[in-house]
Amino acid sequence: MIVYLVRRLGQSMLAIMAMAVLVFAGVYFIGNPVDVLINPEATQADIIATTQRLGLDKPLYQQFGIFIWNALHGDLGTSFVYGRPALDIIMERLPATMELAVVALFLSVGIGIPLGVWAGLRPKSIAGRTIMGGSILGFSLPNFWQGMLLILVFAVILGWMPAGGRGETTEFLGMQVSFLTWDGLSHLILPAINLALFKMSLIIRLARANTREVCMQDYVKFARAKGLSSRRVVLVHVLKNIMIPIVTIIGLELGSMVAFAIVTETVFAWPGMGKLLIDSINLLDRPVIVAYLMLTVLIIVAINLLVDVIYSLLDPRIRLSEMKG
Amino acid sequence: MKALTLPLMAGLIAAGMTPALAQDLSIGLKSEATSMDPQFHQLSTNIQVAKNIFEALTTQDAVQKVTPGLAESWEAVDDTTWRFKLRQGVKFHDGSDFTARDVIYSFCRVPLVENSPSAFTIFTGGIADMQAEDDHTLIIKTKATNPLLPTDLWSLAVLSANALGAEDTVTFGTDGTCEGMGDVPQSHAFNSPDVAVGTGPYKLESYTRGSEMTVTRFDDYWGGKPDWERVVMRPITSDGPRVAALLAGDVDMIESPPIQDIKRIEGEGFHIVDALSNRIIYLHMQQVEDAPGIEGTDGKNPLLDPRVREAISISINREAIAERIMGGYAQPAGELLPPPMFGTSGRAVDTYDVDRAKELLAEAGYPDGFTITLGTPNDRYINDEQVAQAVAQMMARIGINTNVDASTASQFFSRRNALEFPIYMAGWGASSGDMSSPLKSLVATYNADTGMGPTNAGRYSNPDMDKVLIEAMATIDDSKRDEMLQQAETMVLDDFGIIPLHYEQTVWAMKPTLSYEPRVDQYTMATEVKPVAAE
Repeated sequence: MIVYLVRRLGQSMLAIMAMAVLVFAGVYFIGNPVDVLINPEATQADIIATTQRLGLDKPLYQQFGIFIWNALHGDLGTSFVYGRPALDIIMERLPATMELAVVALFLSVGIGIPLGVWAGLRPKSIAGRTIMGGSILGFSLPNFWQGMLLILVFAVILGWMPAGGRGETTEFLGMQVSFLTWDGLSHLILPAINLALFKMSLIIRLARANTREVCMQDYVKFARAKGLSSRRVVLVHVLKNIMIPIVTIIGLELGSMVAFAIVTETVFAWPGMGKLLIDSINLLDRPVIVAYLMLTVLIIVAINLLVDVIYSLLDPRIRLSEMKG
Repeated sequence: MKALTLPLMAGLIAAGMTPALAQDLSIGLKSEATSMDPQFHQLSTNIQVAKNIFEALTTQDAVQKVTPGLAESWEAVDDTTWRFKLRQGVKFHDGSDFTARDVIYSFCRVPLVENSPSAFTIFTGGIADMQAEDDHTLIIKTKATNPLLPTDLWSLAVLSANALGAEDTVTFGTDGTCEGMGDVPQSHAFNSPDVAVGTGPYKLESYTRGSEMTVTRFDDYWGGKPDWERVVMRPITSDGPRVAALLAGDVDMIESPPIQDIKRIEGEGFHIVDALSNRIIYLHMQQVEDAPGIEGTDGKNPLLDPRVREAISISINREAIAERIMGGYAQPAGELLPPPMFGTSGRAVDTYDVDRAKELLAEAGYPDGFTITLGTPNDRYINDEQVAQAVAQMMARIGINTNVDASTASQFFSRRNALEFPIYMAGWGASSGDMSSPLKSLVATYNADTGMGPTNAGRYSNPDMDKVLIEAMATIDDSKRDEMLQQAETMVLDDFGIIPLHYEQTVWAMKPTLSYEPRVDQYTMATEVKPVAAE
C-alpha cells in the first residue's frame, strides 16, 4: 500500500508540474496583462514601471524560474489584479464552492441511487421508464440552459427562490457556510440542483445498469430462494455490489464539481472559485490562474487517492492485488 | 421621447404597487471592485463604488462638469499655484473633523500603495508641494502648468488621517517622501469599516469579495440626509443572470442590461434610463510606411493618403449602425467627444456617400481598392464585433476588401499595442470629460519620453496639431483652452487622422419606484438613485 501511495504521489507531482508549465506558457502567449490592467490614460513610462513591477519585462524562462523557486517556498505569487497572494484569494472562495459541490453531491447520490436501483429492479414499469427518460434530459440539456430555466421558473415566474448570489452566511467549523439559515439555504437550492442534475442522471443510469446485472447473479437468486426479504436482498446484496463503479464516478465527479463548477457559478452569480477563474482569465491574472489550476490538480489527485482507499474497503480483492504493486 | 413616456408609465405602475419601505436599495453591478481601498486601482468599477464612501476636493456632475466637493472654492494664484478653501464642519464616519491634514495625508499615501495594478500616481506625480495655510486652506503647487488640476482632484479620494494612523503633522514630500505618515495601512486593511473611513454619504458596513458590499447611511453627512438606509451592491457579471435578478426582484436596479433584452424588461414594467456616454467608438489607421496586413498595393501603405482615409470615413453608414446594430442605443459621432462637452466644436458627422468614396479612392490611385485586415475586440464594447462586421461590409462596397479579425479583449489590446493591425476599432472614454484626453492619448505623436500618444496605435502624427495641443494643455484660461482644443481637434478630423463612429449610450434598468440621473461617465452611484414620490 505504501509503495502504491508513493508512486501515486510521484505521478501527481509530475501532473502538477506539467500543468504549471502549460498554463504559464499559455497565459504568456495570450497577451500582456498590463495592457488590460492599466488605466488607458497612463503614459508609456507608467506602463513600463508597471511591467517591471510585475516582473513581466523578464524573458519567459526567467519568469518561470522565479515562479518555481517561490512556489517551492510555498509562495504561488501575488495576484496582478488584487495585489494579494494568489492562494489567499482562492482560499477565500474555496468554502463557497466546496459547499455547493458537497450539497450537489448529496442531492445526486441521495436521489440518483434510489431512483436508479428502482429503475433497475423494475425496468419495464412505467416508473422505471419515466426515470430513464428523465435522466436523458438531465444528460443532454446544456448546463447553463438548465440553470437559466431554473431561474426563470423558480425565481422570475414563481418568485419562490432568489435568482442568484449567496445570501446570508454563518460561521461553521471556521468556514462561512450558507446552509444553516433559511436565507442562505434558499440561495443554495437552485445552484445545487443545477450542478447536481447531470451527475444525478449519470448515477441513475449507472445504478440501473449495475442493478440489472447484479440481479442476474447467482448469489442474488440464492438469497431470494433462501427466502430473505426483498428489502434485505436489495439493501445488502444488491446495493453493496453496485457501489464500486458508483464510488469511482462519485470520486471523479466530486473533483470536477469542485474544480469546474464554473458554469453554475456564473449563471447563479455564486461567489466561488469557478467565477474567480473566469474573471482571472479575462484579466490575464496569471498567478491566480496558475495557482487555481495547480490546486485543482491537487484536489482531483487527492480525491482519487481517497477513492482508491474506499475501494479497498468495499472489495478486499483490490486490497490484495494493490499490496503487491 | 422615451424620457416623456417613462415618468408617466412609472407613475402608473407605482400607483398600483404596494408602497415598499423605500429605505433599502440593492444594485446589480456588471463588474466587481478589486479592493475597497480607493487608492488601489484606477478602474471605473472601483471608483464608482468608492465614491459612496469617500469624497474628493472636487466632484463631477452628471455631465462631468467640475463642481465643489470637499473644497468650497479654489483659485489659481499663478500658473503653478492653486489655493483651495476647504469646507468647514465636515465630519468623517468616525466622528473626527475634516482638515487640510487629511488631504495632505491622502495624497501622500498614493505612491505608498503597494502592488497597485494601475496607480493613482498619474494624478499626484505632477504635484510639487502642498502646504496647509490653516486647517481649511490648502495650497497646492504643481511642477508644470496644469489647468486640469481641479478635474484630476476628483479622482483622488480623501481618507481620514486619524483612522489610518498618521502623526499629528503630516509634511508633504514628492514621490512618497512625506513625513509623519505613521504606519501606512495597505489596501487589504480597507475591507474593515474601521479603516475605510471617509466623509461620503454612506459608511462601509461589510464587504465580501465576489459576493456583495453593503453600505449604510451616514447620519452626519454634510450634504444632507442620504436617501437610503442601506445599500447593497452585488456584482453579477453575466448579462442574463443580472437581468434575471432584476426581474425576480433580487435587486432593485441593474447597470448595462443587454440591448436585446431592453424591450422585454420594459414590457415587465421596469423603468429604463439611458444617456449618451463619454465613450467614443472609433477606427484608427496605421499611418507608417510598412504597415502589416495590407495587400494589393505593391507594398505601399494607402492609409498614408488622406483621400483614402476620407473614403473610408464616408463609406460608413453610421446611422444604420446606430439604428440596426446598436438598437438605437448609440449616436453617430462627428467628434471624439459628444458635444457640448469641453473642447467640442459641434462638427457635423461625415456624410455617407459611396460614389464620392469610390472617386476618392480612384484619385488616390486605388481604383480597384485593396485588401486590409480590421482588428476588433469581441467582448469589450457594446456589440463590438457586429459593428466591425458591418464596417467591413461597407468598406467592401467601395472596393476595400476587409477581413475582420476579432479577438477577446485581453488578446486584442496586446496585439493592438504591438501594432499588428493596419486598421482597428476601439473605444475611448474621456475620464476627464475634456477634449485633451482623447487628443493626447489617441492622436498626439507617439513619444515615450513626453508621455504623449500612448494609445496612438495608428502612429498618426501631425506636428502642427501637437503644438496647439501642448499649448492648450498648459493654458489655465478656460475659454482660451476650449478654443485651442477645438482647433486641434478640427486639424485631426480635417486630416481624417482618426475616424469617429459613434458614441455609446449607457443604459440602466430599475424598478418603477426609482429614478436615476444618468451620467456620461457611465458610473452607477447609489447617491444619485432617488425614490420616485408615490402618488
